[in-house]
Amino acid sequence: MSAGIRFLRLLAIFGGILGLGTLLPRAVNPYLMQIITLSGINIILAVSLNLINGFTGQFSIGHAGFMAVGAYLSAAFTFYLGRDGVAALAAAGVPEGVAVSGFLLAGLILGGLAAALSGLLVGLPTLRLRGDYLAIATLGFGEIIRVILLNIDAVGGARGFADIPPWSNLTWVLVWSAVTIGVAWNLVHSTHGRAFISVREDEIAAEALGIDTTRYKVVAFVLGAFFAGVAGGLFGHYLAYLHTNSFTFIKSIEVVIMVVLGGMGSITGSVLAAIVLTALPEVLRPVREYRMVIYSLLLIVLMITRPQGLFGTRELGLGRLGRRLRDLSVAR
Amino acid sequence: MQEFLQQLVNGVAWGSIYSLIALGYTMVYGVLRLINFAHGDVYMVGAYAGLFSALWLRAGTEPSLGKALLVLLFAMAVCALLGVVIERAAYRPVRRHPRLTSLITAIGVSLLLENLGIVVFGARPRAFPEIVRSQRLELGSIVIGSHQFLVLGVALILMLLLQLIVHRTRIGKAMRAVSFNADAARLMGIPTDSVIAFTFALGSALAAAAGVLVGLYLPRVDPLMGLIPGLKAFVAAVLGGIGNIPGAMVGGLVMGIAETMVVAYLAPTYRDAIAFALLILILLFRPTGLLGKREVEKV
Repeated sequence: MSAGIRFLRLLAIFGGILGLGTLLPRAVNPYLMQIITLSGINIILAVSLNLINGFTGQFSIGHAGFMAVGAYLSAAFTFYLGRDGVAALAAAGVPEGVAVSGFLLAGLILGGLAAALSGLLVGLPTLRLRGDYLAIATLGFGEIIRVILLNIDAVGGARGFADIPPWSNLTWVLVWSAVTIGVAWNLVHSTHGRAFISVREDEIAAEALGIDTTRYKVVAFVLGAFFAGVAGGLFGHYLAYLHTNSFTFIKSIEVVIMVVLGGMGSITGSVLAAIVLTALPEVLRPVREYRMVIYSLLLIVLMITRPQGLFGTRELGLGRLGRRLRDLSVAR
Repeated sequence: MQEFLQQLVNGVAWGSIYSLIALGYTMVYGVLRLINFAHGDVYMVGAYAGLFSALWLRAGTEPSLGKALLVLLFAMAVCALLGVVIERAAYRPVRRHPRLTSLITAIGVSLLLENLGIVVFGARPRAFPEIVRSQRLELGSIVIGSHQFLVLGVALILMLLLQLIVHRTRIGKAMRAVSFNADAARLMGIPTDSVIAFTFALGSALAAAAGVLVGLYLPRVDPLMGLIPGLKAFVAAVLGGIGNIPGAMVGGLVMGIAETMVVAYLAPTYRDAIAFALLILILLFRPTGLLGKREVEKV
């Protein structure tokens, strides 16, 4: 694909997001808006976890821990520095919207980097472990993070972190979803992506072919953690309130279920599953107490009948359609 | 010193409960190489089975040793059955799939039991009847509730029984054979399916006993009570060397003591973190656990 078309496509995507972000709040009620925004955040989480679980085959159930790191750090940044910073910049003549965006972006990236760093710290030692040991280690790490955050008074401790600047909105969430999907898509379709997949398919064979498996596992882990941290930051700045109860083992499991349902190794599958599973509890509101029962039954049945997830490793969408059209035109 | 001994007794009592749960994890891992995430929730069901049978027998208002024993046996029987059903319905169909599939299935079963528990038993915690009257025992200068001894005593008896079953019976020998090499065991004519089912029954019965003991000790049960103790007991199993039965007992005790000591002398709010910190340390320095054997990876 030529650079021109690539650029045009990028432009179209971001134009579309901006349009959606400005028009949708006028068209739908706040309740629906919240579901859509939270779907976007879950898309970031699911796609980033898919890099680790789906493509690299490393079973992590500590994604909520990374999300928490990003959420709390970026919230602390805007809470303690952002407000005053915006006021100072506004006094210096910078438009408020620009200042807010700048500080939010800085906070999100800071949160993402902190999450990535914790991903590195966890990943370097634990990724030498196999399968279920890794799962348990990541779970343990997630819980440790949560307990530590619960004990830091500067971010509210057990009371929760209230009064976070509510700067995040649908546009921000959609832009970051697009970035996450773009990075993940391009990565897994590159040489490095082949290396990730080779680690998943057969670690010993990959190693025998000279692939530095530990390094690729750590890279996938760090990248996944980065986006989880960003998602956490968006989450905190959207709800303006954080509590460690949002980041328990259950949250990690929820994201794992999204990845599994969509198919381990299918980005579009993760996106679709994130949307469906965010909306499902709302759809199931009339049977509220049975909601999680249905959820878990669904998971078990899915694992027994279709362990590769709904889409497996296949992707869904325009690409396939486009290829089919191209094949047709070539044939003609 | 006096307080230290007191804390040590508390730690050992909790530790023996962790040990009982950890045994189920370790036995199932031994035969199936599966982390049975639902095991903590089987323990919860055991506690509720104990609760309901105690209410039905009126064991709380007019307690007797016979009734207490009946409550314990009933809970163990219910959970043994539950363990077999879970294995048959959820784990056997995915046994030949990749291991991650069965891990996720186990998480699914765990979520299912918890949420069914909320729907059936209600989300609110319930008081567990005092099926054995508590007495204060004075040993020199330390005062110990009799429940601590009861917990430890019952746990020790059950572990002894388990050792007898595993090392002195035919089915125990079959279990060890399946754990050593399932394919070879099948080729030797051992009915691996029923051995695996038996292992689930045994482990789940032990978890039920732990549930009843916790009910007596705390005395409170709720549908999510299995989540954290289950994870910690799993950590205890890893600590001792997963797949290793004496290891699970040792790991449980270490965990119980470590946790009590941290709460008593360091930072009570870090109670839930200590287990996982221990876990990560053990995984880094001795992934096979305290008593585990090193496994050679073969292509």
